[in-house]
Amino acid sequence: MPEHSLVGNRIRQKRVALGMRQVELARAAGISGSYLNLIEHNRRRIGGKLLLKVASVLGVAPSLLSEGAEAAFIAALRAAAADQNQAQAVQADEFAGRFPQWAQVLAATHARAASLEHIVETLTDRLTHDPHMAASLHEVISSVTAIRATAAILTDTKHLEPEWRARFQRNIGEDSHRLAESAQSLVAYLDGAAHMDKKRATSPQEEFETFLEAHEYHFPTLETQAQAEDAIGDLIGESADLGSEAARHMARAHLGRYQNDAARMPLDAVIKTLEDHPVDPAALAGFFNVDLAAMLRRLGGLPANNPLGPVGLAICDASGTLTFRKPLPGFPIPRFGAACPLWPLFGALSRPLVPLRMTLRQSGRGGGDFIGYAISQPIGAARFNQDPLYEAHMLIVPQDAGDRDARKIGVSCRICSKKSCVGRREPSIITAEH
Amino acid sequence: MGKHVLLIEDEPNIIEAISFILSRDGWKVDTHSNGHDAVGVVHDKAPDMIILDVMLPGKNGFEILRELRAAPQTADLPVLMLTARGQLKDREMAEKYGASQFMTKPFSNAEVLAAVRALVAK
Repeated sequence: MPEHSLVGNRIRQKRVALGMRQVELARAAGISGSYLNLIEHNRRRIGGKLLLKVASVLGVAPSLLSEGAEAAFIAALRAAAADQNQAQAVQADEFAGRFPQWAQVLAATHARAASLEHIVETLTDRLTHDPHMAASLHEVISSVTAIRATAAILTDTKHLEPEWRARFQRNIGEDSHRLAESAQSLVAYLDGAAHMDKKRATSPQEEFETFLEAHEYHFPTLETQAQAEDAIGDLIGESADLGSEAARHMARAHLGRYQNDAARMPLDAVIKTLEDHPVDPAALAGFFNVDLAAMLRRLGGLPANNPLGPVGLAICDASGTLTFRKPLPGFPIPRFGAACPLWPLFGALSRPLVPLRMTLRQSGRGGGDFIGYAISQPIGAARFNQDPLYEAHMLIVPQDAGDRDARKIGVSCRICSKKSCVGRREPSIITAEH
Repeated sequence: MGKHVLLIEDEPNIIEAISFILSRDGWKVDTHSNGHDAVGVVHDKAPDMIILDVMLPGKNGFEILRELRAAPQTADLPVLMLTARGQLKDREMAEKYGASQFMTKPFSNAEVLAAVRALVAK
């Protein structure tokens, strides 16, 4: 069963569950009843704005209907198979179609295993690199060393003068007290770390992303200057997701930039402009007199009910490391490991300050179309005789299928079916497309 | 007066204990507790050997050892390194920079004494 065939079934199931007639849904979505019938029977593909419209009429999140949600689900199954080096991963879509509940169990189990492996990695890293841990252990071992050496003197020295004996006894008293304190401190730290790891994501980046997801990437209290006085501190202080100082630092940096963007591009004005004009981030940047990266960020942080509909946003630093991920139904962004090098996000890094606009099509059967707007711009202040560091932004906007020049891209190499790709880093477990 | 040992360590009670057992064994013991100017102190005191802790304020023991090995007058000076870490990485670092011997904390007094005697007798 091909991936896209599940979408029509889902639309039909939701419509029937709502007691809505086919003609009613078709009329509300602005298409003919016969065309909707073809979609529901999986004889026509649906994506882009039409999918968003149908989802809106049915009152469900597009991800519940979209091929993207299925693609992400299938990708999770394939990743599970890949970890076991199972070439049968190519049949993941059939498995999901025939045994959907078992497929969900497998995908959830794999996700759980990956999460636990990540916790192990994080704790291992903490044991070897955590400065607090290293300092605490050093304190404990130093105390033990002093006690051991002093105790040996007291017990092994046959004729120890009274003043020396008193002095070493006092030293042992001091060191044993210090040992007790440092041991208690270490245990309290380990208890806190274990509690935090069970409760939430395990890396600062994951904590930061969980925080963003919880707010749907939009922060109303930062939209007006009057509200924004202490709003950043409040948002961070109130969040249970930001457990580490590193995560709070990331959030503080992002929200500061968000607040600055909001001041330069007021929400009402952005929404009004989008309602009146077709999407052109470069023109919008000119209208608001801001750089294009700021405009892409602003569009990526709009509330979900904006005229553009759901959009995605990815930001990477000069090393290509993704520092911000806002995925989109049909356009997943890998959480671990590297993304597809064919994304214009990375192409922009080799063409600094050149705005790129490209139609993108996710590889694999039923892959949706998107427009990717990307730009890389220098960060930090300009300094004489110093090459700037660049940061790239990419806004991802769903698009109706049909652009014959669309660039085929993937999510990451291991689960990508694109054949003869010059950017491939590792073999795929998926049968190549022809 | 016996041979001269310079102990570079920042824990006061460890300094006192090691100083005591070495003094009782007949060694002249000088101590220093800061990594920052430790290399200069070694050149000034000109000991027969040094006992060098790795984790010191100002400059770590590996860096001090590297500088000592780079100077002709201390290139062959016996150095016993002490560290609270017993990891393979630290042992490799000590060997790489030319430590004469490497000892992990907590050590026994007898071990320290034996190591000092052996290194100076060479």
